[in-house]
Amino acid sequence: MLDTVDARTLTIIQLRNVRKNYGSVCVLQDLSFSVSRGEVVALIGRSGSGKSTALRCINGLEKIESGQITVCGHDVERMKGDLRPLRRDVGIVFQSYNLFPHLTAEENIMIAPRLVRKMAKSEARERAAEVLQRVGLLEKRSCYPEQLSGGQQQRVAIARALAMEPKVMLFDEVTSALDPELTGEVLRVMEKLARDGMTMIAVTHEMGFARRVAHRVIFMQAGRIGEMGPASLLDAPETPELRQFVESDR
Amino acid sequence: MPTFGLNQFEFLLRGAGWTVVLSALALVFGGIVAFAIALARVSDAAVPRTASNIYVQLIQGTPLIVLMLICYFGFSLYGIDLPAIVAAALAMTLYVGAFLGEVWRGCLNAIPTTQWEAAESLGMSRTERMIWIILPQAIRISIPPTVTFMVQIVKNTSLASIIGFVELTQAGKLVNNATFQPFICFIFVAMIYFVLCYPLTVWGRILERRFNVRHR
Repeated sequence: MLDTVDARTLTIIQLRNVRKNYGSVCVLQDLSFSVSRGEVVALIGRSGSGKSTALRCINGLEKIESGQITVCGHDVERMKGDLRPLRRDVGIVFQSYNLFPHLTAEENIMIAPRLVRKMAKSEARERAAEVLQRVGLLEKRSCYPEQLSGGQQQRVAIARALAMEPKVMLFDEVTSALDPELTGEVLRVMEKLARDGMTMIAVTHEMGFARRVAHRVIFMQAGRIGEMGPASLLDAPETPELRQFVESDR
Repeated sequence: MPTFGLNQFEFLLRGAGWTVVLSALALVFGGIVAFAIALARVSDAAVPRTASNIYVQLIQGTPLIVLMLICYFGFSLYGIDLPAIVAAALAMTLYVGAFLGEVWRGCLNAIPTTQWEAAESLGMSRTERMIWIILPQAIRISIPPTVTFMVQIVKNTSLASIIGFVELTQAGKLVNNATFQPFICFIFVAMIYFVLCYPLTVWGRILERRFNVRHR
């Protein structure tokens, strides 16, 4: 009986009139949108349109000038310095993987649960095995990042974020540094996550992924929302900017 | 007048022994100071950052020989008579703390900010990030420049001769005063320094090469 539930309780991320400057350059202006539990949102747009910045603001890696961001009940701006409760609920995966090069795949995954969640070593190891299984890399658990391909490193990075059992996953152009053939294996992991009901925001250039997986597409344009709607939007853009953007992808 | 012979050479070797002792003291105590300075220099808090910066600027702007004089004669003005080895070790500690501290700060800064961000996004505190993510990587890259810097430490202990500490250079001066054979005497001094330093240089080069191969 979904329609009897108050829509607001389903909202897990909310941005209200968010404004962000880099020096004198305004990268986000009056950005507002919300994401519901279990929703997959694709953030698309040209380089410099503010999509990665928006993502980084959501987990507090960037400070905003004004507006309000609420994530899983945390008011990001009011947390002042200690953003750890927020980080426990939000996982992020970066374009350049950012695995810890001095740790094996398994250790990369175990370190945060052990330190942050105070998990026992054996339990953390079990958790690592479980998430590595989910990304199909259990046999690579004792490899160092440099021994893995880009696609494998990115899957370990996804597993590392999943091990913290986040309520939301953010993906920041996670396939942009990968060869086309390695892109597929990462996208498949993300699709599986989406099917399992994970709330996701993915900044992406993969229009195919956006079409297949996203419940909603947000097209960003000069720090604002240029167009927003279901994935079918990509096949029938309303604005000339989105039309041009989608066509340039073909 | 004695001529340069086995006795004189033995005296030089004894001086070299003190050079090694002073170098080791400088490395150990200077290393402790340098570690604290490096951490303070990259700190989030303004006070340790500023204080460590002032310390580094002061020491780097002062000749080591003057530090030696201050430590030896300066304290005796206040009735504290430091033995030459203590004064020399103190001056070397101050010197190593500043210079090696800057080397190590460079190593900490060399770790990409994305590593900080990744650890931060996983909910680790600043201290946890430093201990488990940044330091292990920074220590690895700091080893070659640290070994190379040890050569500077060994050579700079020669400045302790100014306060009469009988390390290798001072031993050379004393032998020269007795034999008046400066050329042969200081050639031997130079050779002993070379024997002490060259292995460090080679070791540093090997470590550097090994490091570069591993991170290609």
